[in-house]
Amino acid sequence: MVRRSDFEPVEGETYQRRLTGLTLLVLIAFGILFARLWSLQIINGPNYRMQSEHNRIDLRDVLPSRGLIFDKNDHLLVDNRPSFILGVIPEDIKDPDGLLEGLSGLIEIDGITARKKIERALKWDPFNPVYIKKDLTRDELARVETNLFSMPGVIIEVKPRRHCIYNNLAAHLIGYLGEIDRHQLKREEHKESKLGDFVGKVGIEKKWHRYLNGIRGGQQVEVDASGRILRVLYQKPAEPGLDVNLSIDGDLQMVAEKSLYGRAGAIVAMNPRSGEILAMASSPAFNPNDFAKGMDRKGWEGVVSNPRFPLQNRVISGQYPPGSLFKIVVALAGLEEGVIDPHEELFCGGSHSFQRRIYRCWREQGHGYVALHRALVESCDVYFYQLGQRVGIDTIAKYAKRLGLGCRTGLELGDEKAGLIPSRAWKLRRWHVPWQEGETLSVAVGQSFTLVTPIQMVRFISALFNGGALLRPQVTKWIGRDNKKGVFQFKPDVLDRWSIKRENIELVKAALIGVVNEAHGTGWRARLDGIRVAGKTGTAQVVSLPEEEEPVEQTEIPYEFRDHAWFVAVAPAEDPLIALAILIEHSGQGGRVAAPIARDILGSYFSRSRP
Amino acid sequence: MFDRRLINNFDWILLATLVVIGVLSICNLYSATNTIRSMAGSQVYVKQICWYTIGFLILLLVTTFDYHILDRFAYPVFFISLIALAASLKMGKVAYGSQRWLSFGYFSVQPSELVKVSLVIVLAKHFSDLEKHRLRDLLRPLVLIAIPFIIIVHQPDLGTALILLMVSFSIVFFVNVNWKAILIFLSTAVLSAPFFWIILQDYQKKRIIAFLRPDLDPLGAGYHVTQSKITIGSGLLWGKGFLKGTQTRLNFLPQQHTDFSFSVFAEEWGFVGSAILLLLYLFLILWCLNIARNSQDKFGTLIVIGIAASIFWHLTINVSMVTGLLPVVGTPLVLFSYGGSSVVSTLAAMGLVMNVSMRRFMFQE
Repeated sequence: MVRRSDFEPVEGETYQRRLTGLTLLVLIAFGILFARLWSLQIINGPNYRMQSEHNRIDLRDVLPSRGLIFDKNDHLLVDNRPSFILGVIPEDIKDPDGLLEGLSGLIEIDGITARKKIERALKWDPFNPVYIKKDLTRDELARVETNLFSMPGVIIEVKPRRHCIYNNLAAHLIGYLGEIDRHQLKREEHKESKLGDFVGKVGIEKKWHRYLNGIRGGQQVEVDASGRILRVLYQKPAEPGLDVNLSIDGDLQMVAEKSLYGRAGAIVAMNPRSGEILAMASSPAFNPNDFAKGMDRKGWEGVVSNPRFPLQNRVISGQYPPGSLFKIVVALAGLEEGVIDPHEELFCGGSHSFQRRIYRCWREQGHGYVALHRALVESCDVYFYQLGQRVGIDTIAKYAKRLGLGCRTGLELGDEKAGLIPSRAWKLRRWHVPWQEGETLSVAVGQSFTLVTPIQMVRFISALFNGGALLRPQVTKWIGRDNKKGVFQFKPDVLDRWSIKRENIELVKAALIGVVNEAHGTGWRARLDGIRVAGKTGTAQVVSLPEEEEPVEQTEIPYEFRDHAWFVAVAPAEDPLIALAILIEHSGQGGRVAAPIARDILGSYFSRSRP
Repeated sequence: MFDRRLINNFDWILLATLVVIGVLSICNLYSATNTIRSMAGSQVYVKQICWYTIGFLILLLVTTFDYHILDRFAYPVFFISLIALAASLKMGKVAYGSQRWLSFGYFSVQPSELVKVSLVIVLAKHFSDLEKHRLRDLLRPLVLIAIPFIIIVHQPDLGTALILLMVSFSIVFFVNVNWKAILIFLSTAVLSAPFFWIILQDYQKKRIIAFLRPDLDPLGAGYHVTQSKITIGSGLLWGKGFLKGTQTRLNFLPQQHTDFSFSVFAEEWGFVGSAILLLLYLFLILWCLNIARNSQDKFGTLIVIGIAASIFWHLTINVSMVTGLLPVVGTPLVLFSYGGSSVVSTLAAMGLVMNVSMRRFMFQE
């Protein structure tokens, strides 16, 4: 056995002394603990005993006020209004059935659901209120308040409710709040949230929730047996949320929504030089205030099962064939690739036959010999069938993607769709069949599989007129409080620059000015006095009618098979201040339906701010 | 070569003290988790029985070898526990907002508990090997303490980090009470504080601020202390009786079975009960100090001093915390609160104490 004798006597003695010292220290420390226990349990004990039996210390939330939402001119769009909520503290109820019966004598309540909620809360969380009815009317409030003393455990809380001042205005953009679900609760961004909290579900309310919401505060309060607060022991004030200022022009938004009234469609206006969205309207819309009030099952089902999908923001998630708008892409591709001379004339006799099929021009009698300029101005299909064939499908797809179509624009709102630009490889991958040459002809006039969103088109037309800068559309100007520099400040975000020769862009621009301003231009209905508008019409077929058949009048076919009307525009053409994309679902030709809407919107815009 | 005298010298009193504390702990856990909110956690006391059983078996195992062989194994054991600790940081599971567990399927271990014991052994070895005490001999213990300390702060488990520091400083000061040494230690601590502050994450800083200024957090730790004081105080002289604690039943206390288990006990058994529990611990610590006094070599003395210091600081900090004398750090009451790693490693450490105690007469051979 190892024996160690390195314990020198002198050190041993020191150790003995130190051990005695340690023992003393331990005794002193324990003395303090005993004294503390004596003070808590014997001296102050009765007081604590009373607190433990009669009162209790509770934690109450202090909710922050949610930030407001303004438009670009500082007009208030969304604020908070007080609303009264009836709740009960389960622990304080003596007889739940009697209480619910008493309450239902005063106001209309859902007794069965309430009963279930209370029972569950009694098991899990008896000290926090269970809410039975939201949004009491003044009348109901008065009836409950006068009887409050006879119903221990019943409380009335005042909570702010989100309120959109103009109801439906910019509803898709602003979005709405809803009770947080378990899925969201697990996410990092909601780690401060609790079950029962309201969080942004879509739109700006969701995107900027973390700034809008503010930071929850709380109080440590002493409450008596019937739930009344005796005193506030400590408190941490809530930190109010920040305000969001949108780039939206409220007046323009109103005009846009008015022109969509009774129709399904989308209108988006953008500052073509900065990417700021000036208006974003989608129809049909919904009223976010209905959500704030707490929608019942019937109301929710009404919204969800509406065949026209009012919850969909068509500007970013509506995907449509671009129709003749796509001719701009094909023209640019043809010029860049050098397969067409701008002066070369192709013949249009009203139809074009390829591989024993007939491809019609929208103008039955044909356009005769047309060069590029007139082909765009008058939107000649036959010219573009031939040009498309020359360019080839894969080159068309390459240009379309390079010009920013068929991909998300990166707008900060969620649920943006990408659209679709078909190519040979795509078709083989997706459908496992090779590309048909005839399909190239359809693609060249914006039909077939091609899909774009209105936000892509407004960015596209902006880039054409701003020198080729592919901007990220943005809807937020700044976030902060009291006009102070806040957490977010808008700055233009150029994602990409077109690599298209200047002279080719100028050729196409001149043609788009012609679309609106020349004699046979398809977009003449968008003409404005004093301001030069440039644009392009488009008519997107929903179902491809058999080519052999004669074209039919739109009013003679069922609604859901009618064509979509497109119009994209910028104004003034020389130095544009506003770019527009308009899509009206199932309404007919773009020139006839969408172009006049563009004129109204541009007219209203420039009547307020002359360039 | 098992010596009969070992059995004659077996420290029955130490064992009995531990058994009594164990029984009280299990009864108290039964009460603490037997609340209206009966969840899966109601089996906590059964698990604690298992941990105690395993712990006592390890305790007996530890008494069978001569603790002097640890002289050779001190560093390997320390480094293994450090590796486990580092692993818990890298791939450990997160619980209570901190990453301090290493999961092995059915159970998880808290390597920081092992480090507490292995650090005591390694420090005991270092100081017992020294002939003279020169200041530069403090450099190595500083490094030995700093490595686990930094890792544990990073988890972040501030309670354990604090205990680790207090225990190591207790050993250092015991060996070398010297104003220069104290100054060096304190100034190192103060000077390295800003450095720590820089490497800490934002949320870790928040937690430290909450620790230093609990009044800034009236809804978290501050609330728990208010409730804990009411719970303890309402016990009065004789307590409300076993399973009759009202505060505990109503789930006012967080972590009733870990950090606040003393409050549950004090409510049900009153001043008399909690004083007896404190006296048990006092006896345990004084008994250890007595073993340290009688140990015939420096190594044994220092091991026992370190282990006694660990129990002392755990108890003092925990009871001060639940009675509102200290901010809430998050330290369990060793042997009394629920915790597998803590119970097993503490009982293993008590095995070492017993080992030293049993071999105190060996030199008479």
